Amino acid sequence: MKIGVVTFPGSLDDRDAARAIRLAGGEPVALWHADSSIKKVDAVVLPGGFSYGDYLRCGAIAAQAPIMKSIIKKAGQGLPVLGICNGFQILVESHLLPGGLIRNEKQHFVCRDQKLRVENIDSAWTSEFQVGDEITIPLKNGEGGYIATEETLKMLEGEGRVVFRYLEVNPNGSMNDIAGLRNERGNVVGLMPHPEHAVEPGFGPDSPVAMRSGIDGLKIFQSVLKSVITA
Amino acid sequence: MIIDTVKQSKIEPDKDQPFAALGLKEEEYDSIREILGRRPTSSELAMYSVMWSEHCSYKSSKIYLRQFGEKVTPEMKKHLLVGMGENAGVVDIGEGLAVTFKVESHNHPSYIEPFQGAATGIGGIVRDILTMGARPIAVMDQLRFGAPEHPDTARVVHGVVDGISFYGNCLGLPNIGGETVFDKVYQGNPLVNALSIGALKHEDLKLAKADKAGDLVILFGARTGADGIGGVSVLASETFDADGPSRRPAVQVGDPFAEKVLIECCLELFAAGCVSGIQDLGGAGISCATSELASNGGKGMKVQLKKVLLRDESLTPEEILMSESQERMMAIVPKKHLRAFKKIVNRHEVEYSVLGKVIRKDRLLINWGKEEIVNVPPRTVAHDGPVYERPVRKPKWQKSLNEDSVQSRGLYRANENSTDLASQFVQIVSSPNQADKSYVTDQYDRYVGGNTALAYPDGAGMIRVSEVSGLGVALATDANGRYCQLDPYQGAQLALAEAYRNVATSGAKPLAVTNCLNFGSPENPEVMWQFKQATTGLADACLALEIPVTGGNVSFYNQTGDTAIYPTPVVGVLGVIDDVARRIPSGWQDEGNNIYLLGVTKDELDGSVWAEVVHDHLGGLPPTVNLSHEKALAELLHGASLQGLIASATDLSEAGLAQALTESVLRFNMGARVWITEICERDAVDKTAALFSESTGRVLVSVGREDDVKFVGLCDARSIPVLRIGVTDNTGELEIQDLATWKIDELRTPWKATLPELFG
Repeated sequence: MKIGVVTFPGSLDDRDAARAIRLAGGEPVALWHADSSIKKVDAVVLPGGFSYGDYLRCGAIAAQAPIMKSIIKKAGQGLPVLGICNGFQILVESHLLPGGLIRNEKQHFVCRDQKLRVENIDSAWTSEFQVGDEITIPLKNGEGGYIATEETLKMLEGEGRVVFRYLEVNPNGSMNDIAGLRNERGNVVGLMPHPEHAVEPGFGPDSPVAMRSGIDGLKIFQSVLKSVITA
Repeated sequence: MIIDTVKQSKIEPDKDQPFAALGLKEEEYDSIREILGRRPTSSELAMYSVMWSEHCSYKSSKIYLRQFGEKVTPEMKKHLLVGMGENAGVVDIGEGLAVTFKVESHNHPSYIEPFQGAATGIGGIVRDILTMGARPIAVMDQLRFGAPEHPDTARVVHGVVDGISFYGNCLGLPNIGGETVFDKVYQGNPLVNALSIGALKHEDLKLAKADKAGDLVILFGARTGADGIGGVSVLASETFDADGPSRRPAVQVGDPFAEKVLIECCLELFAAGCVSGIQDLGGAGISCATSELASNGGKGMKVQLKKVLLRDESLTPEEILMSESQERMMAIVPKKHLRAFKKIVNRHEVEYSVLGKVIRKDRLLINWGKEEIVNVPPRTVAHDGPVYERPVRKPKWQKSLNEDSVQSRGLYRANENSTDLASQFVQIVSSPNQADKSYVTDQYDRYVGGNTALAYPDGAGMIRVSEVSGLGVALATDANGRYCQLDPYQGAQLALAEAYRNVATSGAKPLAVTNCLNFGSPENPEVMWQFKQATTGLADACLALEIPVTGGNVSFYNQTGDTAIYPTPVVGVLGVIDDVARRIPSGWQDEGNNIYLLGVTKDELDGSVWAEVVHDHLGGLPPTVNLSHEKALAELLHGASLQGLIASATDLSEAGLAQALTESVLRFNMGARVWITEICERDAVDKTAALFSESTGRVLVSVGREDDVKFVGLCDARSIPVLRIGVTDNTGELEIQDLATWKIDELRTPWKATLPELFG
């Protein structure tokens, strides 16, 4: 199972995403922003980071990269695509997901172990969860406040397209506590928290079992492997 | 624009030159004339002025820094691949891997412009690490601000923390810890020190030298602009063209995106074997890079300065030579690799320009078009700067300060009043220097890279280097300006002992040292005495602990008016751990574990947090250090962790047992029942000392009951004093018998609230 991870200039968590894919049992494939081919991968991850230094708007320049043309086209045909943090911003800038992401409410970058509730499992990236699961995933962003028009919010909520919601603390002022979304078809998911940082015991968030040992993020990558097999 | 050339310097030999305004002393100017056998051109003068500045030449500190190279045994050098004098030291950690690490100051720019000052502080140290051929893998920062309630402190705190957050996060380097300290003595002189660590394979080591004639000299990365001119010295404008922009900002402006791209580009160039030497451009810019590369390689260089890509076409040659624009590197590239070099930089969309080539003759020749503007022996610029043995004098006030102790003052101790003592406990652990620092650390990415094994609130930072074996390194830094003010010799040793202990409590074996020596003006003999004492103390202690100093940085002139900061030598200790999975947590996780206090408690409250927070007092003598005991303690912790005997370990330092207990409880929300009467009896100290003394060589460990006998046996075998002082339990409380019982939240709430209330 091949999952592409795109590196843009300024991508930071690309190697982490590749590791997460490996730990979930997939084969990561490095993709370069300036290429137009996505090398026959079965799914794509747009990793976190500061592509193009967040110049203009977060994700805006990356959304114009040559490789995004293929990804947008293939996403329309059902290719599973996951956007993490900056990747989520790129998905929004590419209009694969609606709404926008703005500066955190408190104007600071925030890094914390964030509790989330899984709201929807009808997507390529969340099928291994149960609705209502409470998971802990590291969150780290400066511009993670989700905004959308009232109409869009109503549509997203009505169609069950909010996949993750912040629990206990809304870290960035996101509307409706939205942490992650899917598209109508369920193959494209974007979220602000970083599941690739909760995949390996010893290097994740604290868990009740042991220090820095939470691996709740792994299921996101396992979900896509399963969905690709069954598709 | 009128260009001052070598030719012109001979035609007009007695021209008045603004050497004093450039920061050079008359005798320094005279020796430049002597070296050259003529007056320097204005470009040469600019180069010498920045390279002979205190910051670049270490002219006041050199004679003392030599101790770090002299007070070593062959055994200590065993793991050193590169020692002092290079951009950063390199230490062998086994498995064919090495790490390079260094801490550096960016104090002055951070006071003038906190955001950019701190940001470019991170940028600069990361480039130093990259220059060694290493992939940077983590950063830490050591911050000292003025009084928390002073109206200007918030400006500096917000700017500095935002700057580090902005730059470090965007580089994708996990921030794994550091220090945040408040004291009114830093009001006009905040200290912003930044540390970076990088990892490399032995064979990938790169050095800053141009040693093969014919190789090309290539400047690449960001364009050269007007920022940071004279950042390391002072710049007068009179020699420069009146038509050009006259006032230049002396603080550099950083672009972390450009640096991130530059890092990936450099690592690809290294891997492809394209470069034979590399130097980053930081302080003193092109002046530094050209002269150091040539001098280190024992060769010369011929450079066409008009080839430098500029952001501002109006820059004069002098300004180009001195600019400290960030995110630039200079590579020495063999001609046959030029094509491969171009391919890689183009792929990363990084701009480059071939400035010239390495020449056999030991001269640095720089042309501006057809005019020769620099013709000097590179060594005289880079390495043979002036060296001063400045006058030293023990401060007049030292004796009276040392006599003014907690004891002689008869400061009130609440030994007989549990209510008072309990409220002192909470007051101390929630004071700004002891309180939760996550207000700061939560603005930094500690996860990126996926190799962070320990980070704040753990006592040391730890990073996995090999994903195959789990091999990793731990890092801790410490400094206590208050101790150093009381006794700089001992204060420096205390900083080393604490950092060493912090590394040992993480389960790692201490291996090497870096330092950032923050002091007042070297022209003040009393400051120079402090510097001499501190460096001597540190070098002596490194020898006793058998860990070498691999590099560091000196920051003088941290002084406003006549008042210098407390001497603040920040000491960083690097340790190695064979498998980070074996690391020791810094808090209690399991109930029913026994809590042991290792080491002896003395009545050492002078210079303590207790004296500061409860009595606003600084006087007396700092705690004593017993380095052979520290060593035995570290060996015990290492041995016990290899056998998996220790469930947690927390070192005792500032605020003593009170702080260690608080942190142990709050780390994982595990309660405990603790008694201190036996400490008082065995060590003949009162309750105040038992709780708040800052005696060294102490660690709080928790041990599962099944490992009890074995653990105590280990301690006895190594003659480490050990005392059971409590047991962990899941009641959600910390009970100190005959003193107080707190619900965990009664400690957590004030501990967490302090910094957000001040700065949130």
